[in-house]
Amino acid sequence: MGVREIPVDRITEVVRRLCIEANTILGDDVVAALETSLAIEESPVGQDVFRQLIRNADIARTEGIPLCQDTGMVVVFLEIGQDVHLTRGDLETAVNEGVRQGYRDGYLRASTLDPLTRKNFGDNTPAVIHTRIVPGDRIKVALAAKGFGSENMSQVALFPPSHGIDGIKKFVVGRVDAAGPNPCPPVVVGVGIGGTMEKAAILSKESLLRPIGHRHPNPDISQLELELLKEINNLGIGPQGLGGRITALDVHIETYPTHIGSIPVAVNLQCHSGRHKESII
Amino acid sequence: MPGSVVIHPPLSDDTVDKLAIGDRVLISGVIYSARDAAHKRLVELIRENRPLPMDLAGQIIYYVGPTPPQPGMPIGAAGPTTSYRMDPYAPILIEKGLKGMIGKGARGDAVIEAMKRYRAVYFAATGGAGALISKTIKRAEVVAYEDLGTEAIRRLEVEEFPAIVVGDVRGNDLYRDGRMRYRRE
Repeated sequence: MGVREIPVDRITEVVRRLCIEANTILGDDVVAALETSLAIEESPVGQDVFRQLIRNADIARTEGIPLCQDTGMVVVFLEIGQDVHLTRGDLETAVNEGVRQGYRDGYLRASTLDPLTRKNFGDNTPAVIHTRIVPGDRIKVALAAKGFGSENMSQVALFPPSHGIDGIKKFVVGRVDAAGPNPCPPVVVGVGIGGTMEKAAILSKESLLRPIGHRHPNPDISQLELELLKEINNLGIGPQGLGGRITALDVHIETYPTHIGSIPVAVNLQCHSGRHKESII
Repeated sequence: MPGSVVIHPPLSDDTVDKLAIGDRVLISGVIYSARDAAHKRLVELIRENRPLPMDLAGQIIYYVGPTPPQPGMPIGAAGPTTSYRMDPYAPILIEKGLKGMIGKGARGDAVIEAMKRYRAVYFAATGGAGALISKTIKRAEVVAYEDLGTEAIRRLEVEEFPAIVVGDVRGNDLYRDGRMRYRRE
C-alpha cells in the first residue's frame, strides 16, 4: 500500500465541524435514553427534568443554540493510519485551529485558561489530544466537548490487589454517591480498570465515547457494567440529584492489563449531556 | 410547569419565608449572573468596605457563565453551573442582603446556616438545559467585570425562568430529602 497524503487543513475542517455538532446535536443514543428514562422515572420532579432535557435537545438542534453553556474542554482522540503522510503543517496546530474556528463560528464558550494565573485564552484552545498510530491510511477523529461539572467529580485510585472486584465496585458506586447532584445526573459512568495511573484515566475517558446501551464485548465485564448500573440507580440520587430512580444512564468499563502489585481504577463521570462526535478522513 | 409559584425579585422576607423545598417557581424580573471569578471580586470589595457594582438587597444571583449570543439574541445557552464553588463567598453576600441563589448541586453547612440566619433561599435550575433556559432571558447587559468575559456580572431580565426550591429558610435541603426518599439498600 502506498502512502496517502492528507493536508492538515482537512483535520482543521473536521475538528471545526465536530465542535459545533457535538455542542448542538445531542446523540440519538442519549435522546433515546432520556425518553426511556422519562417512562421509567417515578419521581414527578425527575420526570420534569427529563421533559426539560428532551425539549432542550430539540431547541438546541433546531436553533443551533448550545445544549449547555459549559461547552467544555475539547478532548480529541486521533487514530492515524501509519500509511498517512500529513502535509502542509503540523498536526497539533491543525487540531487547535479547528477548535478555535469551531468555538468562534458556533458561538461556543471559551473556557480554557492558565491553571495558575486563571487568565482565559479566549478561544477554548488548546485541546487535549490523544494520538494512536494504527494500521491503514485513514484518520479517525473522535471529539468530545467535556463539561467540567462532571469532570470535577471524577477520580483515579490505585488499589492493592486484595481489594478485588468488590473493592472496585465499592469505589465506583461510592464515587457516584459522593458526587451526588454535582455532575448533573443522570450520568454516564466511565470506568477504566488496569494499566498505570494515566492509562486507567484515559481508558475511563475513552469508554465515554461508546454509545449508551452498548455493552462491553467480554460477557464478564458486560455483567459487571450491569451490576454497577443497578447499584448506582439504587442510590436514589435521581435526575439532577433531586431524588429518583435514574441516577445513571449507563456504565461503561474498559480494561487494560496491569501490574502484579496494583489495581488502577479511574472513574470519569459524564453528565447527561454527553457530547461527542466522530468522523473518518 | 403546573403548580408553579410566580416570584418577582427583589424578594421580601415574607416571600422568602413562604418558600419551601420542592416548590416549583417561575421567576420574572431582574436577576444577576455571577460565578467563580466575579464572586471572588465581590467579596474582596466587601472586605475592603468598598461599594458593590449592584445593590444586593433582596436580589437573586444566578450562577451562570453563558455562551456568546448569536446575532439578534440577548444571550446564548445559559444553564446553571455547580454551586459549591461559590460556597466560600455566598455567606458574606447573604449577610449583605442577598435573598436568592440559583445554581445546581448541594451547598455546604456554612451556606445553609447563613440562609437560616439571614433568611435566604436556594433555587436549582436544570443543569444542562442551557438552550431551554436561554429562551426565558429577554435581555442581558454587562454591569461589571467585562474583562471576565463569560464570568462578567450581567443584569438579566427574565420571564418565567423555571426553578425549584432546594434550600429554604428553615434549613431544609431537597438534595438530602429527595435522595433518602428513593434510596434502596
